[in-house]
Amino acid sequence: MGIVIIITSLLSYLIGTRYVTEPSIIALMDIGLTAVLFIIAFIITRSFERLAEASRMKSEFINIVSHQLRSPITNIKWITDFLTSKDVEMTSEKKEEYFGHLKDNTARMVELVDELLIVSRIEQGSFPVKRREASLENLIKEVINRSKAFAEASNIKLKFRYQKDLPKGFFDITLIRLVIENLIDNAIRYTKGEGEVEIWLEKRNNFLYFRIKDSGVGIPKADQKYIFQKFFRSENILKEQTRGSGLGLYIAKSVIDVSKGKIWFKSEEGRGTNFYFTLPIK
Amino acid sequence: MKKILFIEDEQTLQKTLGDFLEREEYKAISALDGEIGLKLARIEKPDLILLDLVLPKMHGLDVLKALKEDPATRRIPVIILTNMEGIEEINKAIELGATTYLVKTSYKLEEVVKKIKKTLDE
Repeated sequence: MGIVIIITSLLSYLIGTRYVTEPSIIALMDIGLTAVLFIIAFIITRSFERLAEASRMKSEFINIVSHQLRSPITNIKWITDFLTSKDVEMTSEKKEEYFGHLKDNTARMVELVDELLIVSRIEQGSFPVKRREASLENLIKEVINRSKAFAEASNIKLKFRYQKDLPKGFFDITLIRLVIENLIDNAIRYTKGEGEVEIWLEKRNNFLYFRIKDSGVGIPKADQKYIFQKFFRSENILKEQTRGSGLGLYIAKSVIDVSKGKIWFKSEEGRGTNFYFTLPIK
Repeated sequence: MKKILFIEDEQTLQKTLGDFLEREEYKAISALDGEIGLKLARIEKPDLILLDLVLPKMHGLDVLKALKEDPATRRIPVIILTNMEGIEEINKAIELGATTYLVKTSYKLEEVVKKIKKTLDE
């Protein structure tokens, strides 16, 4: 492309000097033509770069997905190898334990595939959203109840404070449930040792305002701009545990965006994180 | 009794392979992250190390490099046991001195133990 621009530039100069007497017009023609060619070259190069990037992201997506799925698949494969191997003598307690692992890993695969389907629908724009009037504080209470066992096992206290007489919000219950589950799950999971996770809900102007605070590992400043990206998992989290799809916050942001709300966070490494989102009141 | 150190963060795999190895009369030592794996390799001096690549705290290839650079652990055969099958990872692992590279989903439990036996005999 560069050679084309140089040749065209020279040719236009030669042609210009032949047919045009005014040097300033020749110069203008030359510069104009060169500029147009540069812009075309830039557009073409950018398009190729975007195509290459899209192709690279697709390969990376497939690599990550197959690795993520392979972990529970290996677990199931080796457990069944063990359970079906000759001469294996096992107490019924041990068998129960292994069957439990089989169940967990099947559930893990189902969860990952479900998340991937949601991601795929988000990207195709075919995300079914059924918004209606509903009580956000009741939904939060429901999710907190279901998260109690996990919180207790992790030595975390869950606290929920909400304004009195809150109006109903206008949202898709199933989708917002996913968001709240993900935020509470992260808050518990990324707090080492004992701690508290606090949730607030209040009305601000025409929106319901949700805030969740943890005293967990926090998000390093360098990672913060990637936090809502698909498959992104912060370095300081990967140091603690490699399991986790990195899809939760990407899904949460897509859901809140499509629900006409906003989601954001404030975090300090080693001190903890606050996640916020708003949802419209009809 | 031969000692096998298994560096792998999936607890289910630790349990399954550990139980199977003990049934085959090996002593199974488990490490759930790269740092502990390296530490235990130096303390326990196992007869063989099974090493996953995607690990918390220290990547498997960094663990492998450290093992091969340390005279105390250099001679311990290392079998990479992972679900990553990129050609880059395989080449790097062999370059760093891994004996074998096995992709977990491609091998049955018994086949992994056969490879362990073969490596220990060699």
